[in-house]
Amino acid sequence: MDAFMQFIYSGLTVGAVYALVALGFTIIYNASDVVNFAQGEFVMLGGMITVFAFDAGLPLPLAAVLAIVIAAAIGVALNKLAIEPARGAPVVSLIIITIGASILIRGASQIVFDKQLHRLPAFSGDEPIHLLGATLLPQSLWVIGGAFAIFVALWLFFTRTLLGKAVLATANNRLAAQLVGINTGFVMTLSFALSAAIGALAGVLVTPITLVSYDVGVGLALKGFAAAMLGGMGNPKGALVGGLLLGLFEALTAGYISSQYKEAVAFIVILGVLFVMPQGLFGAKKTERV
Amino acid sequence: MKITTTALATLMVLGIASAAHADIKLGASLSASGGAAFLGDPEAKTLEMLVEEVNANGGINGEEIELVLYDDGGDPNKARTFATRLVEDDEVVAIIGGSTTGTTMSIISVAEGEGIPFISLAGAIQIIDPVREFVFKTPHTDRMACEKIFADMQKNGITKIGMISGTDGFGASMEAQCKEVAGSHEIEILAQETYAPQDADMTPQLTKIKSTDGVQAILNPGFGQGPAIVTRNYAQLGIELPLYQSHGVASDGFIELAGADAAEGVRLPGTALLIADLIEEGDPQKDVVTAYTTSYEEKYGEDVSTFGGYAHDAFRLMVDAISRAGSDDPSAIRDALEATDGLVGTTGTYTFSADDHLGLDLSAFRMLEIRDGEWVSID
Repeated sequence: MDAFMQFIYSGLTVGAVYALVALGFTIIYNASDVVNFAQGEFVMLGGMITVFAFDAGLPLPLAAVLAIVIAAAIGVALNKLAIEPARGAPVVSLIIITIGASILIRGASQIVFDKQLHRLPAFSGDEPIHLLGATLLPQSLWVIGGAFAIFVALWLFFTRTLLGKAVLATANNRLAAQLVGINTGFVMTLSFALSAAIGALAGVLVTPITLVSYDVGVGLALKGFAAAMLGGMGNPKGALVGGLLLGLFEALTAGYISSQYKEAVAFIVILGVLFVMPQGLFGAKKTERV
Repeated sequence: MKITTTALATLMVLGIASAAHADIKLGASLSASGGAAFLGDPEAKTLEMLVEEVNANGGINGEEIELVLYDDGGDPNKARTFATRLVEDDEVVAIIGGSTTGTTMSIISVAEGEGIPFISLAGAIQIIDPVREFVFKTPHTDRMACEKIFADMQKNGITKIGMISGTDGFGASMEAQCKEVAGSHEIEILAQETYAPQDADMTPQLTKIKSTDGVQAILNPGFGQGPAIVTRNYAQLGIELPLYQSHGVASDGFIELAGADAAEGVRLPGTALLIADLIEEGDPQKDVVTAYTTSYEEKYGEDVSTFGGYAHDAFRLMVDAISRAGSDDPSAIRDALEATDGLVGTTGTYTFSADDHLGLDLSAFRMLEIRDGEWVSID
């Protein structure tokens, strides 16, 4: 039983990390159908900028805010300099552009920052919490809490605000959205800024657990992408549930079957789910008009 | 097009030429960027620094060294291209490099084919076993690290252990080597777990090992963030068994990443370089290690690493061989290299022979323990 609880805590911690990354995918996807493969780099930037600002003497909260603002600015720049000029291009081309952007950001970070691993102090100390016979680090609660908070905020944004609905409308039909008076250019810029900011916030929260270096983005983006696909791309609920499920699969496989197969098992489950439900657990069914 | 340009700019090659009238051309292909940058970066910096130093002191037998340095980004294909370019276009007399085992294997085929002496900076035993005529290496092998660790376990009466290894090249290779030599040290491996290089939590694996009956100690072959996270999870779970890490994380950075509290009591085999202050007066390595540490830290403002030390030793071996050979003929340099006897480096004291192109023994490793956030020698 103790071991089981430990596996659950581990799964929730890792799953919340995946969920945080997956949540970042949703806004840009909702606004443009583009899967932004530079999302992992925003997470990395959030961690790296916070580490360097913190080491330079800024208090942690201020360093975190700085990192989020800079990452958002880079997100806007990515949209203005790379995505907007290619506006007419098919979605696949735009996705490839984001892969290029991710290589660029990674390369630039290794020059601007360095190639070493870094960590941030845990927000509430390193003293493990004993709960139901197993242990959990306080930082895990921060990550899990952060994932829930962002989920709630996104959910409210998309269902309760005009702006959120404008984002959805832009994705649905850009021309029609323009006709009803939505500034689609602004919506795109906003969605990149928000996605980058969410990514950076995720980076700040997970760095005390996962550590950060210039090249952690790819791995995080892949896991986050898998989580988002499992839950249903574009749905904040899907990102949260998908992330947590992926983390739990991995932890339970490592605990009860073998750590050698934990990723294989997780991905087989994902494949199985997508085979039956191609749109993911919570993804909207799409009907193509011909 | 944009993507191609970006990729090219990112992966741009460092071609560094120093003195214009250099007489001895030394080639290097290192992984100064990419995933193995933590190896190649200090190695490249070390070579550049040492070449400057030697030239400022009059070069080798009055001839200056010109270093031709390429950054292969950890890609074996690029390493092969650069090795070919070093030999054919730059006409170097010897090559240092191959930060990783993969890039080393690429360079080996060129060096052996063209008859150019080559000192590798990578760990795997396959590089010098079987012995190749023109290939030498400076880092100790994974197998030696395993033997050193197992010897310490035997000393402490530990016979049954659990292993948790990274699935990256380093972790997988060392895991395999450790399994091979465990039997001869009467060590029984009761539990074997792995983690992927970027995993964020290893508590399930550690919980499993912890609940395996009879495990007396845990060994974690790996480098990068994995071992730091394992160490922190170890403390989180309150596991009381001794934790052994590998030489892959033998740096002050590891203590910082894992946190001094969690790292308390962790043991690993490391080199003299790590404990420069603790080496006793009279130890032959004292002067070498102190000189290198002082000038590196002064020039670059960062701590030395074991990996930079490998490059330091390779360069010293090469300079020593070239000066003894008295010519820059590659074959003469090779013969002089093989005749190296008792050259003191940061990693250990090298004595090459026709059937030993590594030239180190277990005494090169020192068993270290972390106490109060500092390295302590426990040999």
